[in-house]
Amino acid sequence: MSSAIKPKVEHPGLPRNSLGLTRRGYEGGMSTLCAGCGHDSVTAAIVQACFELSLQPQSVAKLSGIGCSSKTTAYFVHGAHGFNGVHGRMPAIAAGASAANRTLKYIGVSGDGDSLSIGLGQLGHAIRRNMDMLYMLENNGVYGLTKGQFSASADMGSKSKKGEANDHEPIDPVLLALSLGATFVARSFSGDKQQLVPLIKAGLMHPGFAIIDILSPCVTFNDHEGSTKSYAYVREHLQTPIATDYVEARREITVSYAAGETVPVDMHDGGRVVLRKLDADYDPTDRAGALAYVQEHQALGEHVTGLIYLGEGRRHFHERHLTPEEPLNSLPFDKLCPGKAAMDRILAYYR
Amino acid sequence: MPQLASAPAGVNDFVVKFANVNGTGSASANSLIMKAIFRMGVPVVGKNFFPSNIQGLPTWYEIRVTGVGWIARSGRVDVMVAMNSETYSRDIAEVSSGGFLIFDSTWPQPSLLGREDVTVLGVPLAQLCTDNFEGARARILMKNIMYAGVLAALLDLDLGVVRELLAESYAKKPALVDANMKAIGIGYDYARKNFDCPLPVRVGKLDRTRGHFMMDGNTAAALGCLYAGATVGAWYPITPSTSLMDAFRGFCNRHRVDPQTGRRNFLIMQAEDELAAIGAVIGASWNGARAFTPTSGPGISLMNEFIGLAYYAEIPAVLFDVQRVGPSTGMPTRTQQCDLMSCAYASHGDTRHVLLFPANPEECFYMAVQAFDLAERLQTPVFVLLDLDIGMNDWMVPDLKWEDSFQPDRGKILTADMLEKIDRFSRYLDVDNDAIPWRTIPGVGEKGAYFTRGSGHNKYGGYTEDSAEYQEVMERLTRKFRAAAGMVPKAVVDGDGKASVGVVSIGSCDGAVREALAQLRADGLAADYLRVRGFPFGEEVESFLAGHETIFVIEQNRDAQLKSLLTLETEVEKRKLRSVLYYSGLPMSADCIVNGIQSAMATGEAA
Repeated sequence: MSSAIKPKVEHPGLPRNSLGLTRRGYEGGMSTLCAGCGHDSVTAAIVQACFELSLQPQSVAKLSGIGCSSKTTAYFVHGAHGFNGVHGRMPAIAAGASAANRTLKYIGVSGDGDSLSIGLGQLGHAIRRNMDMLYMLENNGVYGLTKGQFSASADMGSKSKKGEANDHEPIDPVLLALSLGATFVARSFSGDKQQLVPLIKAGLMHPGFAIIDILSPCVTFNDHEGSTKSYAYVREHLQTPIATDYVEARREITVSYAAGETVPVDMHDGGRVVLRKLDADYDPTDRAGALAYVQEHQALGEHVTGLIYLGEGRRHFHERHLTPEEPLNSLPFDKLCPGKAAMDRILAYYR
Repeated sequence: MPQLASAPAGVNDFVVKFANVNGTGSASANSLIMKAIFRMGVPVVGKNFFPSNIQGLPTWYEIRVTGVGWIARSGRVDVMVAMNSETYSRDIAEVSSGGFLIFDSTWPQPSLLGREDVTVLGVPLAQLCTDNFEGARARILMKNIMYAGVLAALLDLDLGVVRELLAESYAKKPALVDANMKAIGIGYDYARKNFDCPLPVRVGKLDRTRGHFMMDGNTAAALGCLYAGATVGAWYPITPSTSLMDAFRGFCNRHRVDPQTGRRNFLIMQAEDELAAIGAVIGASWNGARAFTPTSGPGISLMNEFIGLAYYAEIPAVLFDVQRVGPSTGMPTRTQQCDLMSCAYASHGDTRHVLLFPANPEECFYMAVQAFDLAERLQTPVFVLLDLDIGMNDWMVPDLKWEDSFQPDRGKILTADMLEKIDRFSRYLDVDNDAIPWRTIPGVGEKGAYFTRGSGHNKYGGYTEDSAEYQEVMERLTRKFRAAAGMVPKAVVDGDGKASVGVVSIGSCDGAVREALAQLRADGLAADYLRVRGFPFGEEVESFLAGHETIFVIEQNRDAQLKSLLTLETEVEKRKLRSVLYYSGLPMSADCIVNGIQSAMATGEAA
């Protein structure tokens, strides 16, 4: 993907995080996406989240497939290694990368074509494997680089720029993730940075697979009247039962919530996700309830956003494989090669 | 090289073939017999002909007893153990004149008596089992072990060795040793009482297997992965490569699990398909682990897009292609060398790949180790092309040598300290003028960070659509590929180079070619022999081709893929090359090569 080099000039007054880095330290190359593209807002939210979490830039690995969304990994955290692989297969690269080094933070960025058409199988198996990664799906319902075909997330009846109505039911990544057992399932809107940044932070700290489906309108091919993924439509049809805040371990929790309204969930890094109920009847730890809620609101033409489901108890990729804490790529050779004496014993067995 | 036997089949020179029904446990009886002969110091060649099926279809196992140490199939059958009534007619037809056929005579089989040149020996195996064992399953299993006892008497096997092998197999269930020995004893006694034992074809103790062991190529390749320090294996099950990962898992469970913590210093990922398998290998290698995938032809087809990415983005990857009969699903349990072209040029666009061609399990081990070194040194996918015959059959293998001083070649990786000392890191810059750039492993630090992409990139690693920048990288990749010719295993050359006829072959053809050349030499035709072991081809291949006027290219596929590769990738004149092709799916024997070369010479076609 194309990107231009951004000049590295910092205003001395920019706020710094605990590593002494400013937000600029988490930016990447200049975006070449269309002006106003929702994906650029997502990029800005990732930059903000990484800055606020004070992540070491080199502790992040950025992975993507092919498509407009997949370009965005070039636009944040320039100090991290990035991998723009083949269409729909980012999860496989992530699995191998994670196998080699479990200590990095894996941020996968994908789109609705990359995840729900060509890569549907890989997404499903990444969830099944419970890969320890944050998977962000920038969802605009349309193929941008090939100029405007419907994607598999386009709603039934949603109109294309040329005026055709989509004649297929959508594949909803949130319903998919819920039914496949994902333990962190969220949806957000690229235009709602306040909601998105804490979700990204919580997703990065979640042990196991965290997916955020981000409605991210395509200004060029899917922002017109009749589209259910346009800025105007999404803004008017958001339904958010739960607000999410992420509180870092080192920050004292000064805000107090009235009992019964909030659900604090401790994360493995010592941080804490605080869920505020906007809909008193909604329980984000009830998978079946979450499924029903999303479907009910879908029938009303509404997009449910926020942290839709947060669960525990599913072992992640490395727990299943019993890998050591020390990354496999750092194990010394003498720990891996059994040596000459063992060879003699092995051969004796085959005589 | 062994000498040709002058005598007809006899002591330590015969083939015994077993016709069984798959799923009945015959494999353990057959391998018991082969292992017993091996332990008696007599070289053996074992070949398994099995169906793509779980239970109930015909399956054959063939043991060539070859005191002089040939390594190919023989093509003849001296003793047929016909245990499958459904295949009686073809089994008796296959016995060589003067041979023997053993069958279960519990029920009369007049159809087996049609050949006067074959001695038919009936043993009422089912009846003997019913008389001596309880339970249907035990009776089926014991029937197989019992014919092993019959053969022990007929072929003069050492019962002490047989007992020793059973004791090793059933070390944890000693009761089974006695039950099995009882069945062996019944068969043995029956044969001694009713037949003139031993037969003229029989085993006589030798001392020619010392310093050898028996192993299949998949297991040997897996052992190579273990010793090379591979930590990540990703795969999708496919015959005939499955046992490679099974063996790797077995070795890792024994040698890679921390005894204190139970943590595993390896990760085996069963992927959802071959695309994911190679994707995971690429991700792991990119991230600094040694990673591999075992597969077969259909898997290679599926992996093509990712292979191109690894080639262009210069990411190490090790692939084992255990070739089976194609095209399409083909015959999954039969052997062929049919993926040479699809591996050499896998993926769209201009791509060429490094290939290694082991001929036997010994080379599977060493080439597996070398494949990881080459993949990391060259930063590119490396394919090890074995086939079902090498991968799944048990071969007699010379002891593997390992030195504890071995250190893997991890190639050109910049560490954090090294990055400190340079001004700027650029991923694809040819700083050493050897066509191989330096790489960094994620996590090493911001200075080493770069963006890996399969889209057009310049030598600095940046995205480009500039023609000159694109071509510059592509041209360096060509130089890198040429450099690989000096790194892959050299071809093996036999002969003084003065013969006018040259023979070029590859992989598992080796045993049959050597035996054929000995026969041709005995008939007065001398030929030099070159076996390619790596691609791109080295200088030695080029000079062998230049030095011979008539060259027979022997390979196991229909379309002469090795000949095509030689034509495309060397300076050889196409008119000098003649193909001898064999692609039935069964392991090759010498006769088709002898016939192919002799008839071409006779008609003057190869003059």
